[in-house]
Amino acid sequence: MAKAAKIATAERSPIFAGREFSGEGAKIAVLAPSHRLALRAPEKSLAALSKALGVKLPVAPKSSVTKVSRSALWLGPDEWLVIDDGGKDPLEDCARVRVLHSAVGVSHRNVGISISGPRAAETLNAGCPQDLSLSAFPVGACSRTILGKVEIVLLRTAEDAFRVECWRSFSDYVLTFLTDAATDAA
Amino acid sequence: MLLIHCPYCEEERPELEFRNAGEAHIARSSSIAEESGEDFEKFFFIRSNPKGIIFERWRHVHGCARFFNAARDTVTDRFITTYKAGEPKPSLPKSASGPAAYANRPPDQLNVKRPRRKPVAKGEAK
Repeated sequence: MAKAAKIATAERSPIFAGREFSGEGAKIAVLAPSHRLALRAPEKSLAALSKALGVKLPVAPKSSVTKVSRSALWLGPDEWLVIDDGGKDPLEDCARVRVLHSAVGVSHRNVGISISGPRAAETLNAGCPQDLSLSAFPVGACSRTILGKVEIVLLRTAEDAFRVECWRSFSDYVLTFLTDAATDAA
Repeated sequence: MLLIHCPYCEEERPELEFRNAGEAHIARSSSIAEESGEDFEKFFFIRSNPKGIIFERWRHVHGCARFFNAARDTVTDRFITTYKAGEPKPSLPKSASGPAAYANRPPDQLNVKRPRRKPVAKGEAK
């Protein structure tokens, strides 16, 4: 009898996980690994995908929808980033959906960094050219933008807290940049 | 920094998020293999490069990543309007074309007096 095949599972080695910086005005922390999904779909498929994912995919520019530990971030007219911090892979939820869509798991590609504190917006504005005032970038607003030399996805999680999603290979740059900026902003 | 209105994000965003992608409204021929060399050269290389208003493709690459079209004044760098890709060229108000646009007209249509020169007779110039 053939033995049951041994399936190798990829072990996650989070980069900088747990590293943080506490300044007077802003606190920067590297978030624990989470599941991420790059989703592209036409308008017709949205209802079925929203049902499968458990969050209603937002259609308004610069907006996000969060339900329990899962967030869907609008990146473009047919493009979303789904982040799940609850340990449930949204890619598996999409696997059963039969309507036209493209779902790519990018959990390992990104690193999440949180910035909180009264000077969080100023810290980000050291490298991000967008208007981050509450009137232009309210709680729940999200956008793909740039920070210094790299592209990031920015989500405002609270009035004084942001989540930055950057590519893993850029995370050292982003973390150093934000730490420097937080020192200046304080 | 310039603020460029993205028709997909429906708001003005800093220019650092955008990339220029060349002149707009240049249609690729459906039978490109049968095109003459001259026609292909026109399609592929020749651009209007006006002084004044130009219709350009732009891409909100560090934002929604969408291509769109824009009418821009090459003299003042002012964006007159932006519109979604695939939409027809908008008709611009007359006020949008500043004095610089006159430079696109051939000299005989300009209200400028040409300096008169005396014809040089043979043997006069040394």
